[in-house]
Amino acid sequence: MALPSQSTYDLLRELGVDRRTFIEYFVKLTATMGLGAAVAPQVIAALETKPRLPVIWLHGLECTCCSESFIRSSHPIAQDIVLNMISLDYDDTLQAAAGEQVEEIRRKVMKDYKGQYLLAVEGNASTKDDGVYCTVGGDSFLNILKETAADAKAIVAWGSCASHGCVQNARPNPTGAEPVKKLISGKAIVNVPGCPPIAEVMTGVLAYILTFDQLPELDRVGRPKMFYGQRIHDKCYRRPFFDAGQFVESWDDEGAKKGWCLYKMGCRGPTTYNSCSTFKWNNGVSFPIGSGHGCIGCSEENFWDNGPFYERLTNIPVPGIDSTPDTVGKTLTVLTGIGIGAHMVSQAVQRRKVAADADNDAPKGEKE
Amino acid sequence: MATRVVVDPITRIEGHLRVEAMLDGGNKIQDAMSSGTMWRGIEVILQGRDPRDAWAFCERICGVCTTVHALASVRCVENSLGMQVPKNADLIRNIMFLTQMVQDHVIHFYHLHALDWVDVVSALKADPAATATLAQKVSPHWPLATEGYFRDIAGTLKKFVDSGQLGIFQNAYWGHPAYKLPPEANLMAVAHYLEALKWQKEIIKIHTVFGGKNPHPNYLVGGMASAIALQSDNAINMERLNMVSGLIDGALDIVENLYIPDLLAVASFYPEWTTYGGGLGNYMVYGDLPQNGIGDVSKFRIPRGAILNKNLNEVLPVDPADPAQVQEEIAHSWYQYPNGKTSLHPWDGVTEAKYTGPKPPYKQLDENGAYSWLKAPRWKGNAMEVGPLARMLVGFASGRTEFKEVVTAALGKLKVGPAALFSTLGRTAARGLETQLAVHWLRDEYNNLIANLKAGDTATADTRFWSPDTWKPESKGFGFTEAPRGALCHWIQIKDKKIANYQIVVPSTWNASPKDGKGQHGAYEAALIGTPMADPKRPVEILRTIHSFDPCLACASHVIGPDGEILAEVVVR
Repeated sequence: MALPSQSTYDLLRELGVDRRTFIEYFVKLTATMGLGAAVAPQVIAALETKPRLPVIWLHGLECTCCSESFIRSSHPIAQDIVLNMISLDYDDTLQAAAGEQVEEIRRKVMKDYKGQYLLAVEGNASTKDDGVYCTVGGDSFLNILKETAADAKAIVAWGSCASHGCVQNARPNPTGAEPVKKLISGKAIVNVPGCPPIAEVMTGVLAYILTFDQLPELDRVGRPKMFYGQRIHDKCYRRPFFDAGQFVESWDDEGAKKGWCLYKMGCRGPTTYNSCSTFKWNNGVSFPIGSGHGCIGCSEENFWDNGPFYERLTNIPVPGIDSTPDTVGKTLTVLTGIGIGAHMVSQAVQRRKVAADADNDAPKGEKE
Repeated sequence: MATRVVVDPITRIEGHLRVEAMLDGGNKIQDAMSSGTMWRGIEVILQGRDPRDAWAFCERICGVCTTVHALASVRCVENSLGMQVPKNADLIRNIMFLTQMVQDHVIHFYHLHALDWVDVVSALKADPAATATLAQKVSPHWPLATEGYFRDIAGTLKKFVDSGQLGIFQNAYWGHPAYKLPPEANLMAVAHYLEALKWQKEIIKIHTVFGGKNPHPNYLVGGMASAIALQSDNAINMERLNMVSGLIDGALDIVENLYIPDLLAVASFYPEWTTYGGGLGNYMVYGDLPQNGIGDVSKFRIPRGAILNKNLNEVLPVDPADPAQVQEEIAHSWYQYPNGKTSLHPWDGVTEAKYTGPKPPYKQLDENGAYSWLKAPRWKGNAMEVGPLARMLVGFASGRTEFKEVVTAALGKLKVGPAALFSTLGRTAARGLETQLAVHWLRDEYNNLIANLKAGDTATADTRFWSPDTWKPESKGFGFTEAPRGALCHWIQIKDKKIANYQIVVPSTWNASPKDGKGQHGAYEAALIGTPMADPKRPVEILRTIHSFDPCLACASHVIGPDGEILAEVVVR
C-alpha cells in the first residue's frame, strides 16, 4: 500500500488554512531550524507535495519526559504535528485504543507501510534476563523494538535514554538497559539527546525530515548538527562573566543575584553540546543557567556518571589537554585571553574525542 | 464460565501497566490483577553517590509528574542533614508544586481520561449552532463558544477523519454502548481537548522561570537556585514575577471556565459511574503545602491523615517516619525476602528479585502466584488508596472549610450524596475539585511570596550545610510530598558523605499494588471488581476505572545489585 496521496499542504488547505498563512508559518519554521529565509521556498514546496508520514512511537524503559516535552512545542504546536504533519499511528501515551487493539495497529502499520514508516523510540530496552524488566502486551520491549525497527524507514531516538542510555543505564545499570544504537544495526538512526530534548528541537527534527524527505545532517555520534553543533558555553549569555572571572561562589550570593557564571558551581555548559543557550526552553522563557542552576550536561553520553554535579569540571578529565578547566578558570582572572585560547583547544580536543568515541561505538550502517 | 480479559498495554498512562480481569457469566468483573511490567532500578543506581545530586536522579523516575520526586528528594536530604530552607524557597516550591498539580490534572482529564467518556467519531454528527448553545450554557464565561468556532473544529475533525489516517484515534471504541454523550457534547469536548493541549505548555512556564526548564526543572538541596534580586536584570525580578502572575491568571481561567464546567457536564451523563469503581474505601494522605516550614504539619494546606472503611467521622494520624506504619509485602510480587519474612518497612528495605512469571512473549499471568514488579505497600496492614480522592476526603473529614465548600457545591450540582464520591466518577471529580482548590492556592502562594519580598526577605538558599565537610558521619532522613497521584515518600541513609541507602514508595505502588499475603487486593484491583462490561472485547469500562486513578508506572519496583546482592528497594509512581 502506498502512502496516502494527500500532502500536508492539501490537508491544511482543506482545513481552511490559506496559502499566505501557510507560507508565513513555514518561514518561521525554517528560521527555527536555523536555515534562513532563502530556504523557505524549498520547505514550502516540499510540504505542498509530501504525504503525511506514518509514525510508530514506542516507549521502553523511560519516564515519558520526552513526550511531555514534545507536547510543549510552541512552533509548531503538538496539535499541528499530530493532526496535520505526521500520522501518529501508534503511541501508547496518547492512543485512544488499548491492549490488543493498539498492538493490532502496530502490526498493521508495519505491514501496510513496510519500509515507509518512521520509528520514534522513547526510552531504551532491558537486555538482561530475556528483557523481563520491560514488557508490553506480554512481549519484551527488546523484541518489540527489534521487530518494529526491521521495516522502518529510519529511526529517531528521542532523548538521552534512546540515544545514550540515560539514568537506568548509569552505573551499575541493573537492568542491562541499552540505547537504540547498541541494539539496532543497518538502520539510519537520528539521536536527539537531552533529558528531555528541547521541545522545538524534537519538532524541528520531525519537520526537517518531513520537509526535505531526508534525515538532517548528523555529527559523528548521530546527532543533528543544526541543534547539537555547539556547546552551551559557547553561546551562554553568562559567558562574558566567565571570561571576566566573575563567578557565583555560593548559592544565593551576590554573584548569584547578579547572574554571574555558574562554572564554579559545577556547570557542565563547557562540555555539553545542545541548543539550550540559543533556543532556551518552553518557548524561550529561560534555561537552567538562566534560572541560576548550572547545566548538568543531560544531553551528553554518561552524564549521570560524570558527577557529582556540583563539583566543578576540574575533576573530570579532559583528555589531551594539559591544563584542566579548573586551572583555566584560576588563570582567567588574570589572563582572559589565554583562557579563551585554552577553551578553543579544549573544544577542538573534545570534538576529536567525540569523533574517536563514535568510531569505536558507531553501529554499522549509521549515517555520519 | 469465567472469561479472562487482558488489557496490555493500558494506554494513556505513564509507564507500563497490564490488567487481567476475570468476568462472571454476566460479564461482570469478579476478580482482577494489576501488573506493573517494568522496573529500572533508580535506587540502586543512587548508592554511593553525592546526596545533593539525588534529586536529579529521582526526578527522572517520572517525566509526567516531573518535579515531585525532586521535591521529595531535596526534602529527604535536607531532613537528613538538618537543613532549614528559607521561607522564599518553601514559597517557590509551593508555587512549582501547585503549577505541576494544576497542569497535570488538566492534562489527565483532557488528554488521558476524556476519551473514555467522549466519542470523537460521534462529534462528527454535531450541529455547530447547537454546540455553541450548549457551550454557552455550560460555561458562560468561556469566550470560544460561537457557532463559527465549532464549525471550524468540526471541519478540522471531518477532514482529519476523511484523510483516512486516524493516527492516535484509530481502532478505538467509538460507537461503544458505554458512550453516552450527545454529539454536541462530544464536539465541545474535542474542541476543549485541543484548547487544553495549547494551554498546558503555557502554565508550565512557571517551572521554567524558577527551574530553568520543563520537563525536569532544577531543584537544590537547601533552597532554590533561582536567586531573587529585584534590582537585577539577571535574577528573579519584577519581569519574571509578572510572567508568573499572568500565567496564574490564565490557569484560573482554564480551570474555572473550561475544566470544571466540562467535568460537571460530562459527569452528569454518567450517573451510573457513581456506583462502580469505589474499591477499597481506605484512604491515606501525607499532606503538603507547608505554611510554616515542612516540620509544622498542622499548618499544611493539604492535611495529613488516613480514613478506613469510608468512615468520614474519623481521621487517623499518619506518620511516614514511624517504621511500624508502612510495610511492604511481596506475596504476589516477583521478589523474595530473606529468612522467611513476608513484610518489611522501607527502612529495612531488603529485596531480591525473583522473576517467576512466564518467559516473554506470554499470554497470561497467574493470579495465584507472583504477577507484578510492584510490591504491596500496606498501612498498618491495610491496603490504601492515595491520590486526589484521598486528599479531598481527608480534607473534608478533617473539617477544612475550603474542602467542604467545593465538595458540597459539586455534589449539589450533580444532585448526588457524599456516597457518590466512593466511585470511579467520584475519583475523577475529586481530581477536578482539587484542581479548583489548587489554582486558587497558587494565587495565594504567589501573593505570599510578594508579601515576603515586600517585607525585605529575598533569601532563597541555606548554604550552612552545603559542604559535605559539615555533615555528620552518619545520618538518615525522609522527605514526602503529595504528588498529583498521591502520597509519595523517600527515605535516605547517608554515610561518609555518600548515599548508603535510598528508598522510595510512590503513589502508584499503593494504588496499583498486587494482592498481599492475606489476599487483600490493591486499589486498582478492588475498584475493578463488580464492574459490568458491555463488550469484553472492547474494555472501555476497565479503562475508565484504571484511568480514574491516573496511573504512573514509570519506575515500578524493587531493586537488586548486579550479583543478586541485596541493596535497596524501590517502587513505582
